[in-house]
Amino acid sequence: MLPTPSTSHVPYSRVYEPAEDSFLLLDTFSQDSETSFLSTRFPAGSSPTPLLLEVGPGSGVVLAFLTAHAATLLGRSDVLTLGVDVNWFACEAASETVRRTVGEVEAEAEGVAGQVDVGNGSGEKGVKPRKSQRRSGHLLATAQGDLASPLRPGAVDVLVFNPPYVPTDELPTLPKELADPTTATTTTTTTTTTTTTTTSNDSEKKKPVPKTTYAQESTLLALAYAGGRDGMEVTDRLLASLPEILSERGVAYVLLCAQNRPEEVKARVRAWESERGRWMAETVGSSGKKAGWERLQVVRIWREGV
Amino acid sequence: MKVLTLNFLTCAVKSCKTSVDSFPLHPKDAELVSDDVELNPQLLVNLLPRIDWNALRTTATELGFPTLPEQPPTPEELQADEKMLQDLHKLLMETQISEGKLVCGACGHEYAVREGIANFLLPSHLV
Repeated sequence: MLPTPSTSHVPYSRVYEPAEDSFLLLDTFSQDSETSFLSTRFPAGSSPTPLLLEVGPGSGVVLAFLTAHAATLLGRSDVLTLGVDVNWFACEAASETVRRTVGEVEAEAEGVAGQVDVGNGSGEKGVKPRKSQRRSGHLLATAQGDLASPLRPGAVDVLVFNPPYVPTDELPTLPKELADPTTATTTTTTTTTTTTTTTSNDSEKKKPVPKTTYAQESTLLALAYAGGRDGMEVTDRLLASLPEILSERGVAYVLLCAQNRPEEVKARVRAWESERGRWMAETVGSSGKKAGWERLQVVRIWREGV
Repeated sequence: MKVLTLNFLTCAVKSCKTSVDSFPLHPKDAELVSDDVELNPQLLVNLLPRIDWNALRTTATELGFPTLPEQPPTPEELQADEKMLQDLHKLLMETQISEGKLVCGACGHEYAVREGIANFLLPSHLV
């Protein structure tokens, strides 16, 4: 089993902490059925480099897992990844999670390759270890944005979305001052409830430390879970953009909870019109069985016959 | 954000999506930093078919990189051309935009890039 990326550096007061839904995605991508689906869909060596987008990566635990273990999970390491999150702190945290995880995976691969060389009977001490095969893909960027809105139409080959799926009366909106917290530092310093993150060795950097109030932090976390009516308001917008955003070979993985009425969602997707091929939607992972109900499930959406 | 990202991004304004001028976004006052990434020729060869070459030429020129040839190399040409491999690797995989703006050629909206994170959230009048 592949290790879960460490997210101990992530500020959980502002960024959604990995939970059952995140781990269900990791488990789903680790299954033989998914690794074989993806490596068949994007055959290594004979098809263009796939671009993977995670919408709302939060802590980056899923994005880091997919990026760092690209060779195992997608059957190739020439995979490019991107994360788009409405929360600036999530963009920062996710990019750091990916950086750390890729570093660990590559260091371990190097170590193993080095040991193999030392023990292969060549008898030469101090031989430069053979360069190991890269295991990880490459993170292009994390960017702040609304769902997949900055992406070029047809660009995304693999899309992953762990949406705000909890049914709520209202849909939170991002406070204007949090649309760009790097410039909001001065405007929030007068608030009494500000929390400050200080890193002692950071003092020389010109980088301002963004401050957030308790209310702002609550909104940031609410944006990660509150899904409005049926918990589907945000997911419905993302689903509507899939035909435009996905490449022809593109595939999306969307997490749903029971209250989202996943069977109806899948039926709606299958009824989408397509100029080429037809739309498919299947449950490929689930967790939290309760009286025959799957509390959470991952639905794979793709076009067949293109 | 890696320079390569610009080949996959466009203006977030809906009405700009159909305009040819919204792609690629134009870097402005860009500060560049360079990462050390190991050269992977196979990655570059597999990347070629999905790169919009004209857009990449524009981006390279705007960032002050040497002008790319008018036509993209074929996979065979690229594999045999060490200099081209090195140049593309440096531009696409190693160079990052850390600060600056990305400007839409259609609507003129400027997206800020800070600490390597571009901000594509739109002010309410553009949504």
